[in-house]
Amino acid sequence: MTASLAVRGVTAVYTAPNGGSLPALGPVTFTTAPSEFITLVGPSGCGKSTLLRLLAGLQVPTKGSILLDGKPVTEPSPRVAIMFQDANLMPWRTIIDNVALPLELAGISRDERNRTAQALLPQLGLEEFAPAYPGELSGGMAQRVALGRVLIQRPDVLLLDEPFGALDALTREQVSADLMSLWTQERQTVMMVTHDINEAVWLSDRVLVMSRRPGQIIADIAVPLPRPRVLAVTYSEEFGHIAQRVRANIERA
Amino acid sequence: MQITMLSRQVNLRMPSSRALAPYLGLLVLLLLWELITRLKIYPEFIIPPPRAVFDTFVQTLLDGRLWTHTVTTVGQMGIGLFLGLVAGVALGYLIAKNHMLEQMLSPIIVAIQSTPVVAYAPLLVIWFGTGPTSKIVTCMLTVFFPMLTNTVVGIRSVPPSLRDLMHSLRATRWQMFTRLEVPAAMPILLGGLKLSATLSVIGVVVGEFVSANAGLGYLVKLARDSYNTPLVMVAVLMLALIARLMYGAVALLEHRLLAWQSRSRRQNSL
Ligand SMILES: Nc1ncnc2c1ncn2[C@@H]1O[C@H](COP(=O)(O)OP(=O)(O)O)[C@@H](O)[C@H]1O
Ligand SMILES: [Mg+2]
Repeated sequence: MTASLAVRGVTAVYTAPNGGSLPALGPVTFTTAPSEFITLVGPSGCGKSTLLRLLAGLQVPTKGSILLDGKPVTEPSPRVAIMFQDANLMPWRTIIDNVALPLELAGISRDERNRTAQALLPQLGLEEFAPAYPGELSGGMAQRVALGRVLIQRPDVLLLDEPFGALDALTREQVSADLMSLWTQERQTVMMVTHDINEAVWLSDRVLVMSRRPGQIIADIAVPLPRPRVLAVTYSEEFGHIAQRVRANIERA
Repeated sequence: MQITMLSRQVNLRMPSSRALAPYLGLLVLLLLWELITRLKIYPEFIIPPPRAVFDTFVQTLLDGRLWTHTVTTVGQMGIGLFLGLVAGVALGYLIAKNHMLEQMLSPIIVAIQSTPVVAYAPLLVIWFGTGPTSKIVTCMLTVFFPMLTNTVVGIRSVPPSLRDLMHSLRATRWQMFTRLEVPAAMPILLGGLKLSATLSVIGVVVGEFVSANAGLGYLVKLARDSYNTPLVMVAVLMLALIARLMYGAVALLEHRLLAWQSRSRRQNSL
């Protein structure tokens, strides 16, 4: 239950507000190994969200192709789940119903989806919040709900768009540690966008650095640190070297 | 700041005084009315004493007339309201989804909407006859426009990011409608329903004023023509009561369907 992605010469061009064309991304080419955790860093507006939307099948590339295990991605697939930049919860649904939404749309019975969602909540630290509404939650909690809604789909590919961008440093560290331990159990292929270099290095097997718009991949940096990784690893010399390489590449982006 | 704290304390200590306030206002109004008639400032056929209105109420209630006319009006209103809601929501949904359709229809809609129903109600009577149909149509038209507008606004207010979410979960068109568009637009749809429900009473009465042989609007006209002012008042009060009940019913619906809003707000304001 794992997947590999192949991105080949992909570009995305939008229509600018003045009617002209706005090249937002690419050309971008890379492949992912099964179960790889990849983070994507780059200046804002360089096309990171666009790339994730393309991988999710929410829009099609202007040029090039995206393959999931050799098959072209042209529409959303049940094997791929995306978590958007903000929590994007439905305010009229309780937490458990928000988490269970993907199962509901897949036609799974109320009993079964409640059981599945209920089983997932404790891993996200949300067990007491099942009957609450999103408006009653803090930002960190809302983000965990969004993560739960992605995980319940048991995807082979996980696309995370700045999942912790809006959180304070401490919450952020906590949630990314939780993400790490959840990933260790399931080992999905992950593509995650982040602005935090330490977070990128700590979480991933590979860091892709993108240039300014239209974003191209200007560096592909491997992170050969052994797993499982503790937070203290961030103070090691090797970690520092890798983070420094990422930073140097972002600076020349 | 101190004033709000004070009023909050008062409310906490005497919650019943707040609940009673509207009835107190009503009582004052009644007393004033009684006083005016006692002082004989106006002749009785202009302002009849409360007692006369009450007697007429009991009398028309007992001889069944009030009941028959009320049933006629409420029945026509129910049908008109239902049809107007369905038509307004359906067309509103299509317009919200289709810009071409919007550009085609919006000049016509704006033109009809800004013309008072009272003005073209006689035309509707010519087309649909003096029977119940013309009243149902006037009611339907009064209800239709606010519901149409609110549906368009409501459906347009659905956040695109939630649409993306639903697409990424491979939602069908029907799921998109029932699980996203309807609940997301619900606060605005209910706002439209609240307006429509109260307006529906006006819609029927307009039709009944133009030409009718039954209904509360007809009763008002009949009583006025014979200078039976107490009967006019009974019919008007009955209409006011119906409008108030309709409003209350929608408010109740709102309270149930939008419970999540008050819970969210309470938390956020802390
Ligand atoms: N739907 C759209 N229409 C037009 N331009 C867009 C659209 N979405 C994004 N863009 C533009 O494309 C560029 C890349 O956007 P995005 O992928 O969101 O970047 P990032 O996530 O890296 O900040 C930006 O300049 C943005 O303004
Ligand atoms: Mg982005």
